[in-house]
Amino acid sequence: MFKKLLRGGIDWVDARIPMTQTWNKHLAQYPTPVNFNFWYFFGSLAMLILVNQILTGIWLTMHYTPSAEGAFASIEYIMRDVPYGWLLRYMHSTGASAFFVVIYLHMYRSLLYGSYKQPRELIWLFGMFIFLALMAEAFMGYLLPWGQMSFWGAQVIISLFGAIPVIGDDLTLWIRGDYVVSGATLNRFFALHVIALPLALVVLVFLHIVALHEVGSNNPDGIEIKRKKGSVAEQDKSKFTFHKQYSARKDIIDAVPFHPYFTVKDIMGVAVFLIFFCAIIFFMPEGGGYFLEAPNFEPANALKTPSHIAPVWYYTPFYAILRAIPDKLIGVVFFGGSIVILFFLPWLDRCNVKSIRYRSWQHKLNITQFTICFIVLGILGALPATPLLTKIAQVGTIGYFGFFIALWFYSKNEKTKPLPKRLKFK
Amino acid sequence: MKKLIIALVALLPAMIFASTNVHLDKADYDLSDKASLQRGAKLFMNYCFACHSTGYQRYQRIAADLDIPDALMKSSLIFSDSKIGDLAVNSMDKKESEKWFGNSPPDLTLEARLRGADWIYTYLRSFYKDETRPFAVNNLLFPDVAMPHVLEALQGIPTAVFETSASHDSKPQIIMRLESNEQGEMSSDEYDNALLDLVNYLVYAGEPNKLERESLGFWVIGFLIIFFILSYLLKKEYWRDVH
Amino acid sequence: MSNAPVNSDRRKFLTLTTAVVGSVGAAAVAIPFVKSWSPSEKAKAAGAPVLVDVSKIQPGQLIRVEWRGKPVWVVSRPPKVLDELATLNELLRDPNSVEPQQPGYTANAQRSLKSDIFVAVGLCTHLGCSPTYLPDTFSEQVEGVESGFFCPCHGSKFDMAGRVFKNVPAPLNLVVPPHYYVSDSKILIGLDKGDADV
Repeated sequence: MFKKLLRGGIDWVDARIPMTQTWNKHLAQYPTPVNFNFWYFFGSLAMLILVNQILTGIWLTMHYTPSAEGAFASIEYIMRDVPYGWLLRYMHSTGASAFFVVIYLHMYRSLLYGSYKQPRELIWLFGMFIFLALMAEAFMGYLLPWGQMSFWGAQVIISLFGAIPVIGDDLTLWIRGDYVVSGATLNRFFALHVIALPLALVVLVFLHIVALHEVGSNNPDGIEIKRKKGSVAEQDKSKFTFHKQYSARKDIIDAVPFHPYFTVKDIMGVAVFLIFFCAIIFFMPEGGGYFLEAPNFEPANALKTPSHIAPVWYYTPFYAILRAIPDKLIGVVFFGGSIVILFFLPWLDRCNVKSIRYRSWQHKLNITQFTICFIVLGILGALPATPLLTKIAQVGTIGYFGFFIALWFYSKNEKTKPLPKRLKFK
Repeated sequence: MKKLIIALVALLPAMIFASTNVHLDKADYDLSDKASLQRGAKLFMNYCFACHSTGYQRYQRIAADLDIPDALMKSSLIFSDSKIGDLAVNSMDKKESEKWFGNSPPDLTLEARLRGADWIYTYLRSFYKDETRPFAVNNLLFPDVAMPHVLEALQGIPTAVFETSASHDSKPQIIMRLESNEQGEMSSDEYDNALLDLVNYLVYAGEPNKLERESLGFWVIGFLIIFFILSYLLKKEYWRDVH
Repeated sequence: MSNAPVNSDRRKFLTLTTAVVGSVGAAAVAIPFVKSWSPSEKAKAAGAPVLVDVSKIQPGQLIRVEWRGKPVWVVSRPPKVLDELATLNELLRDPNSVEPQQPGYTANAQRSLKSDIFVAVGLCTHLGCSPTYLPDTFSEQVEGVESGFFCPCHGSKFDMAGRVFKNVPAPLNLVVPPHYYVSDSKILIGLDKGDADV
């Protein structure tokens, strides 16, 4: 009886909006490569963290005071006077750092397996816009507690815009809304952080996934699971039922429906992630001084500069590049360039083979040195700039940009290994 | 390659902490020791609160957390006509105190999160006699500090022992250690213990939820481990179809 | 792909168990979100009981204090006002205070602990305006009655025990807040005697 009611209910909805069809196309009959490994957990984790940031963010907004006079005290009000306010605050601050850990690992997967290559360039571009929006969102969010580091970090980064010739000074004045970072800046950053950028992020994530489902996921072997219709022998085709949108046009190999196989696997991934996430929230929410920075436990004071102003840990690689270059304007160009160059990756990499597993030793070496440079630059960006450390940062910067330049050259006629016919999966 | 990345990440702490150059004495406090917190609260209210407010705390919360009955809190730890539910703000005028001290004494609610327990402990042990300063004291950890040695009654004022005796060249004199002048009410050990109580109280004030957070965390992680085991078995069960 | 048969019982059991445990987790996560809407310590402190000293109150005087953001009246009622109360029952909607607008210890004819002091929340039970106290000119509103409370917003009228008159928009008698006498001259508004802190 209940089943009949349920069936009736579903049919009623389906006649009015394609609910079951959408469920099948994108979950229950959506072909996913069977050989997804550790690197493929981070997309769903990123979505989980986005939901966390939005929910905890909305709740924090219920108690936060977005004014220069009241902001700092309202954070302590949340921490002490609001029931479980402390937990909401730590979920939000830890979530912000967790977001960047997950996103960097998510992007790294694309680097390893060539997920940015044709026909997935647009997925990569949407992803890069998400990355930019995320950095802006985190930057604006960091001003809101109105601590010393909030204030001075914003002051330094906004003043970078002053390096732009001709319009620089007017631009920084326009961004700040005042002659120094002040309540005017706080209020507009609050509005952008709470609604404008989250809206943009949600739209971009939606587009990112639509673009992904249009062409299907890449995989660790970099071999397509959708082959030309008729080219695959019957016993090699995947035994599962996929939506005719896919199976009518292509022969599908080595794939499983996303639901239940990857829903169940991603839930397991979520459980592991939450253990780490909650360990930090409940036992070390300050993250050793990197997630909640000590200077921020002091209210913003325009007349007292902290001895060491550093951006939050997730910006440090790019900050190290900025500081490595002695000229302010050229430093800013390289700082921005270090992110802009990533947009061009699909076209800089001219090799036909996607996955690092089948590429040349030059490429493996290049990826390795890029990884080392990124991590070293990240460490350097958090430290004060001594002459020696600046020299090392300069080497790191060369290694960083060198990755893209070298890639352009050797990828054209790269000596790759023969590709397997089927996905490697035990 | 993964191993290389792990090795580098493991080196991170060494590379970062290599740059700190100030030695801090370790403050061995115990947040679950309510008697210690009560003594610390008493010390703070009697010696520090007149200048340093802790305006993000409410008296009622302190009383509840430290097992102090409301009536006792009101009679011995609240010195104004503040109500028990009020924030612990003192009556020192900010502008006036700037005139007197050069700097307005900061609110100390979050000081332990800002500088750390060890810093505060070391700071209060580092005052020494210096006739050139307005209050005749200086501080090893915070040179030319504007604060007088408020705990002088308890510790006395230590004198600095210099590395080299007064010389005619302009080299700055390096202080080797501080020696007690034996004028305080408390012995050296008693003073250090009193400071631990005070530091304990300030760590509590910085984050009164800390103990609750950790005990809740124990249950949360426990639950998540159980959930992980179940979700792992579920995954394995479905993936039989695939292997 | 495997050709082994699916053990559907085991599969169902594991799915159900994981779903149930997961739901418990989800419910637990909801707790901080729901609880954070409860009154904060700041609201509770502001809502704390208020002590009123009536040692110097004059006959006919009204003292107004604030409790939980609302006005509370403490009125000294002279004997002739008290005498008049019993004669008004015909004109009142709820003369015997049947509706639960007052604590049990004030469910008497004068709606108070001590007959000469009347304590009530000064908000009209119609739409929340604060009525005006008319110690001498209330007869303009109700013929023959010298003192009472008149609400200027929509014309509701209450007697000197806060009881609402018939044929006015307000449906109920004025609310009497929990309160008790700490001493002969001090009233604590906001708590019943039984709940009091020592």
